[in-house]
Amino acid sequence: MSSELDSLYQEIILDHYKNPHHQGLRDPFEAEVHHVNPTCGDEITLRVHLVDGAEGPVVQDVSYDSVGCSISQASTSVMTDLVIGKPLDEALSVHEEFLTLMQGKGKVEPDEDVLEDGIAFAGVAKFPARIKCALLAWMAWKDATTQTLEARDG
Amino acid sequence: MEGLLPQLEVVRKDFPILTRTTPDGSPLVYLDSANTSQKPQCVIDAMVDHLERHNANVARAMHLLGAEATEAFEGGRDKVAAFLGAPSRDEVVLTKNASEALNLLANTLAWPGVHQVGAGDVVVTTEMEHHSNIVPWQLLTQRTGAELQWFGITDDGLLDLSRIDELLTERTKVVTLTWVSNMLGTVNPVAEIPRRAHEVGALVFVDASQAAPQLPIDLAAMPVEERPDALVFTGHKTVGPTGIGVLWARADLLEALPPFLGGGEMIETVRMERSTYASAPYKFEAGTPPIVEAVGLGAALEYLSDLGMESVERHERTITAYALEGLQSVPGLRVLGPTDAAGRGGAIAFELDGVHPHDIAQVLDSRGVAVRAGHHCARPAHERFGVQSSTRMSSYLYTTPAEIDALVEGLEYTRSYFTLG
Repeated sequence: MSSELDSLYQEIILDHYKNPHHQGLRDPFEAEVHHVNPTCGDEITLRVHLVDGAEGPVVQDVSYDSVGCSISQASTSVMTDLVIGKPLDEALSVHEEFLTLMQGKGKVEPDEDVLEDGIAFAGVAKFPARIKCALLAWMAWKDATTQTLEARDG
Repeated sequence: MEGLLPQLEVVRKDFPILTRTTPDGSPLVYLDSANTSQKPQCVIDAMVDHLERHNANVARAMHLLGAEATEAFEGGRDKVAAFLGAPSRDEVVLTKNASEALNLLANTLAWPGVHQVGAGDVVVTTEMEHHSNIVPWQLLTQRTGAELQWFGITDDGLLDLSRIDELLTERTKVVTLTWVSNMLGTVNPVAEIPRRAHEVGALVFVDASQAAPQLPIDLAAMPVEERPDALVFTGHKTVGPTGIGVLWARADLLEALPPFLGGGEMIETVRMERSTYASAPYKFEAGTPPIVEAVGLGAALEYLSDLGMESVERHERTITAYALEGLQSVPGLRVLGPTDAAGRGGAIAFELDGVHPHDIAQVLDSRGVAVRAGHHCARPAHERFGVQSSTRMSSYLYTTPAEIDALVEGLEYTRSYFTLG
């Protein structure tokens, strides 16, 4: 019983939940989105700030204000660690990797070099009801990033 | 324990699902009955028997099976009418669920007729409604230019009647409210509000989705001025199947309202230039109705009546009192809504300091205890109490005190798991 629960609530997840990184809404930003999980009511407001780097856009900042369960809060914190400061292309490929892990029904072996603390969410993939929690911030970030890029190109 | 259903262990044997276990072998503790109730064997058998032996379409099939299916379907309607104490069986419209029944009312009131809701009119609902008794009225008022107003909630979780004179005026055309709150458990004054609303000429609709499973209802016995004009409930919370709901409305209201969905079975004559319609209830039952579901619902309501709704109510109240006491013994736990079992139903929403409802439900689930986490389709009521979501346990006629103990122990474990203990 406990071991199943422990595979969901990894130490890393509880640490991020209790001490979330990069919390709060900050300026400047190009896009702000508000996403909800309609089944449980978890909510996030998330801002994205991109700057131009030598080889394309770089994720300069991701800031957020959110309410939700331990999984969604920890996932948000881990995501900001993973994408802030990275070239956008690389951040997007981390996003892809995390999505693959979450949709893998617990059968995907996570790559620690890419996902770092994100590997702690491997257990979440075995709990279908919680996958949405883990993905809330990632979906919001993707949405805000897309909006930023569209505004630039437009 | 005084007040429980007599022979509770025998009653529990009527519900085959209660004997199953979780994957690791723990017994199942099902405390999510306000979400959907479990089904007794007699309901399952009635539906299987119908499909095995009597299946045909109703009303239009001129053969043996068609006659049997029609009789079974209409028998379901009779049993609903008897369960509600409806003055007439023709006042019972079978819908898909309670949401469809409420949408039927809100939708048909937008069209020309004696009860049409238009610009300047007022529709009154309450902050403790399920979304299904909010959104249809938002749609109606937005579409017609009418105004939606709200009864608030007191700090104790009761309906706030202090503004009743402002809310009920000659502009008020509809008052719609839940009998029992699915989140706070509050039992609302469903005699006083109709009486006051009828004085200003408003129609009164009651959402009995949480009341029908646990309180005796006798429409015919209610004084006319206190009787709602319509009442809805859903089959699956009253030990019946999903896919069927009930709209009861007084005969002259059903007669005055225009059709809702168009199609087969709801017509009298169809001509290319225009059609005429069947009388109620058939006017509101377009297409092939939920036939086997009506059979199952009939069996379910008979099952409840055989147990006796007074006994079911007493059982719920007894378990609820025991649960309120147990829950409040958990440090950091706050019950949302009335804390006296006398004036409430069997759904108890609560918060636990430092642990999100989703995480509570997860830890409880790992111990075989099923509860609901989230806003329970009652977001405005959660906002009223300044909480984003809550955990909700809901008991029913098959719930035992030992299951409440398992919940309370599970909550203690949850606190220790998240190192709050």
